[in-house]
Amino acid sequence: MGKTVAEKIFSKHSNKDVKSGDYTLAKVDIVLVNDITGPLSVMEFQKLGNIKVFDKEKIAIICDHFTPNKDIKSAQNVKMLRNFAKGQNIKHFYEPGHVGIEHVMVPELGLARPGYLIIGADSHTCTYGALNAFSTGVGSTDAGMAMATGDTWFRVPPSFKVEIVGKQKKWISGKDVVLHLIGKIGVEGANYFALEFCGEGLKNLSIDDRFTISNMAIECGGKAGIFNYDSVTEQYLNDLGIKAPDYVEADKDAKYENSITIDLSSLDYTVSLPFSPDNTTNINKLEKTYVDQVVIGSCTNGRISDLRIAAEIISNNRVKDGLRVIVLPGSPKVYLEALREGLIEKFILAGAAVSTPTCGPCLGGHMGILAEDEVCVSTTNRNFIGRMGHPKSKVVLASPAVAAASALTGYITSPEEVI
Amino acid sequence: MILEGAARLFGNNIDTDLIIAARYLAETDQTELGKNLFRDLRPNFLNEMKKGDIIVAGNNFGCGSSREHAPLAIKGAGISAVVANSFARIFFRNAINVGLPIFVTSENLDSIEEGNVISVNALEGTLINKTKNKTYKFDPYPDFLLNLVEVGGLFNFTKNRLEAGAKNA
Ligand code: SF4
Repeated sequence: MGKTVAEKIFSKHSNKDVKSGDYTLAKVDIVLVNDITGPLSVMEFQKLGNIKVFDKEKIAIICDHFTPNKDIKSAQNVKMLRNFAKGQNIKHFYEPGHVGIEHVMVPELGLARPGYLIIGADSHTCTYGALNAFSTGVGSTDAGMAMATGDTWFRVPPSFKVEIVGKQKKWISGKDVVLHLIGKIGVEGANYFALEFCGEGLKNLSIDDRFTISNMAIECGGKAGIFNYDSVTEQYLNDLGIKAPDYVEADKDAKYENSITIDLSSLDYTVSLPFSPDNTTNINKLEKTYVDQVVIGSCTNGRISDLRIAAEIISNNRVKDGLRVIVLPGSPKVYLEALREGLIEKFILAGAAVSTPTCGPCLGGHMGILAEDEVCVSTTNRNFIGRMGHPKSKVVLASPAVAAASALTGYITSPEEVI
Repeated sequence: MILEGAARLFGNNIDTDLIIAARYLAETDQTELGKNLFRDLRPNFLNEMKKGDIIVAGNNFGCGSSREHAPLAIKGAGISAVVANSFARIFFRNAINVGLPIFVTSENLDSIEEGNVISVNALEGTLINKTKNKTYKFDPYPDFLLNLVEVGGLFNFTKNRLEAGAKNA
């Protein structure tokens, strides 16, 4: 019986043949924690005794959620992580000036590669599936123990094939693809599964589109969202100086427990209404929905192509009076690119606030919290009750193009309406 | 292991933001976390519940973020176990890892009412609603997980491995 990409990656990292449903101890290539989950990981690690981490180059500590530290507690947490990183000589420790959102930074740093097995104490660690890695979110104890041993336990997941065909129209992005998918299969539709994205339509999805899609695999329960390797992946890795990686392809007779086909040419602008990511609708079917705030950023849509799209729509215009529009570049690298390309200037001239890279409002942390009954259209990934602030506030998930168009009108708007 | 307590009912898709909201995440102590359990969803929950109570939920309990703070807050508030028709994957893992007993059953639990006294027998794989005298079955843990649970979670599992490794070295 042939193997899926997930089965191949787990077999390689377990040093034995494993298949879906097997429990296994597997070696990991990277262990990631952030400022929320990291302190718990480190405390557990330290309880093991006075030991060294398994590999000081394979651990990433990215203090992104409440950065720049929003209060005393978060400052204490980062201080603890900083001391730990120093004491253990950990190479990849990041805080303001150098920090961005972990899932934007890890690929930029070349830490995510095809065929890798990556765990992160953050549910959106699945983002790196875009690069043909098996990467998945775990808990703090998992990450803390893996920092010591370099491995952890897994149940090898069954796979769910997502075949992409066709070509999308302008302004349709990875966000529309993934919201459409989640709307179709539901928040539990891929629970415990590895999604595997393949098909002739892949060539029409940029690497940033893919990051967005893999990022939200967790929103339909997916353990991972792995893309096939192709010339788009190769180009991205080449630009980072990564040559000839060990990519993984499924066998022709691999077994999938589920499958779905998405035709890009049939997609329209898709938004997800409160309070669940699978509560999706086509924007044309939406009644006029006024918003108080627009957020463009996050590990889902805080990359340079997202900002380019938003800037193209917003530039030479003013954001709607009374609307708060907040743009959060995903990393210092993205920020600098946006600055050099003149995008930041366009946002500021239009009346948007541009923030230092941070998760900030995405999880209701800081930098854009909603008051009672306020509505925000956001390029983030979760619209749960209270996610961005007051339990009676609402978040509508959308693509950067829709968020930018809405910034101009004050209600949720299709980009075609303003361009 | 037999756990007994009053049933506290929750529906489907209880996400980790509802279990413990992000604004409390700078905290790491489980007792402190427990003080804000279900703060937005059921503001009065902590007054209603007693130590040892058992959460009974529907599908996809614990979906959303990977915050281990969620099972920790549940433990910290004094809940003794969670029974559900299904759990989100990371929550399941975290609960096993931190030693919060959780059980999956495919049986329909609709007839359990808030406050019914239920008892869970982990070895036999049974859940008894003592108030209504009704018994349900749940899936036993696979061997690998049973081993993890028996040693008390991932920390002890790892400590044992490291000690065994050091001895071999
Ligand atoms: S941007 Fe939002 S979803 Fe992404 S890691 Fe930060 S808080 Fe989590």
